[in-house]
Amino acid sequence: MHRLSADRRHRVRFTLNGKPVEADAEPRMLLTDFLRHELGQTGTHVGCEHGVCGACTIEIDGVPARACLTLAVQADGATIRTVEGLAPEPGRLSVLQDAFRRHHALQCGFCTAGILMSLDGYLRRHSAPTEAELREFLGGHLCRCTGYTPILAAALDAAKTLREVPAHA
Amino acid sequence: MKPARFDYQRADTLAEVHAALAEYGNDARVMAGGQTLMPMLSMRLARPKLLVDIMHLPELARIEADAKVIRIGAGVRQAELLAWPELAQRQPLLASALPWVGHAQTRSRGTVCGSVAHADPSAELPLAMLALDGSIELSAGRKRRSVTAQDFFTGMMSTARGHDELIEAVSIPTRRAGTGTAFAEFGRRHGDFAIVACAAVVAADRVTLAVGGVGDKPERRDFPALDGGALDDALNAFAWDLDARDDLHATAAYRRELVRRMGRDTIEEARRCIA
Ligand code: FES
Ligand code: FES
Repeated sequence: MHRLSADRRHRVRFTLNGKPVEADAEPRMLLTDFLRHELGQTGTHVGCEHGVCGACTIEIDGVPARACLTLAVQADGATIRTVEGLAPEPGRLSVLQDAFRRHHALQCGFCTAGILMSLDGYLRRHSAPTEAELREFLGGHLCRCTGYTPILAAALDAAKTLREVPAHA
Repeated sequence: MKPARFDYQRADTLAEVHAALAEYGNDARVMAGGQTLMPMLSMRLARPKLLVDIMHLPELARIEADAKVIRIGAGVRQAELLAWPELAQRQPLLASALPWVGHAQTRSRGTVCGSVAHADPSAELPLAMLALDGSIELSAGRKRRSVTAQDFFTGMMSTARGHDELIEAVSIPTRRAGTGTAFAEFGRRHGDFAIVACAAVVAADRVTLAVGGVGDKPERRDFPALDGGALDDALNAFAWDLDARDDLHATAAYRRELVRRMGRDTIEEARRCIA
């Protein structure tokens, strides 16, 4: 049995974008706050803090997850990817990020990190998504700026590029 | 919005979960996927003293099936059930209801049993459980019992679960030959809570319609095989018997009308699917 008491901070360790990280968290600390405040990784955004907007979406153990609906202590031992891990090298965007730039799929950028993380995993699992499937999938995100059309176009474009040159991911 | 303080325990054994629930009772909450519980904690609608995380118990993470039932353990995520290759053939109603549960980004974490445990009146899985004569397996230490969905959902987010009981699994009968099923939902946006959701199970001589989103829990009615005006009358009677209420999203009258129309459409679709 291993009970973490409410009023103390406890060591939390996980793999973040391929590197081991650790810091301390009270049991009640949300993973969003842990990533941003304890680890300084501010790419993951926080909108609604109750699972509705999708801004905080990251990947935990290979599946999309709302970081605001996850406790830091729950993530102990997990493998996590965030938007900071998308670009293959400094100065170069991923295929998906590049498609977002070309299609103007972001304006203020608040929703973007979450949508990128959602789509990145989705396109790995579904190499030839239809527009309808992507629309349904994007239903898990709110964007107040773009009207979604350029996001959809970028996702379809990225899927096409990834089919042609998958190594570029 | 940040949760109030609680202790957190990642359980390594089932016995540990039972001991924690026995010790804390109503002050403990079981944490599975967290997709409903976390918002409640952050909004401080729930303020448990202890959270017991059950997602590291391999014995709860299984989908098991025999000729009669599908048993879904408390650790099975909604996306895992949806991706189970046998689902559509063994229980097509679940396969059509699951895509309506939240979004892909929450189904990846949320569990089937967690949704049943929360018993939101507009949630799809409690509705499917009720339509399909599902049952809920509860355990407290060595005591075990199984409760039918009909008896389990007792009101607005309230169930027959005792404070010391863990939902270990839910069991859902597999599709019987000669039956058809269908599911339909109406909401403002996909992924929103249903204004009305309908699940129908039909056979040559009978019809079951369950509806969610109308009263404070999912409700079901069984009819003989009716058609035409007689079916409309039966649906109208059902709609009036439901304790429909006005809220921000729809009036009671609108919900009743959805029950009549969508109920009929769902039953007809289920009839077309009889196999
Ligand atoms: S901040 Fe997590 S879903 Fe909105
Ligand atoms: S780009 Fe502003 S919210 Fe999406």
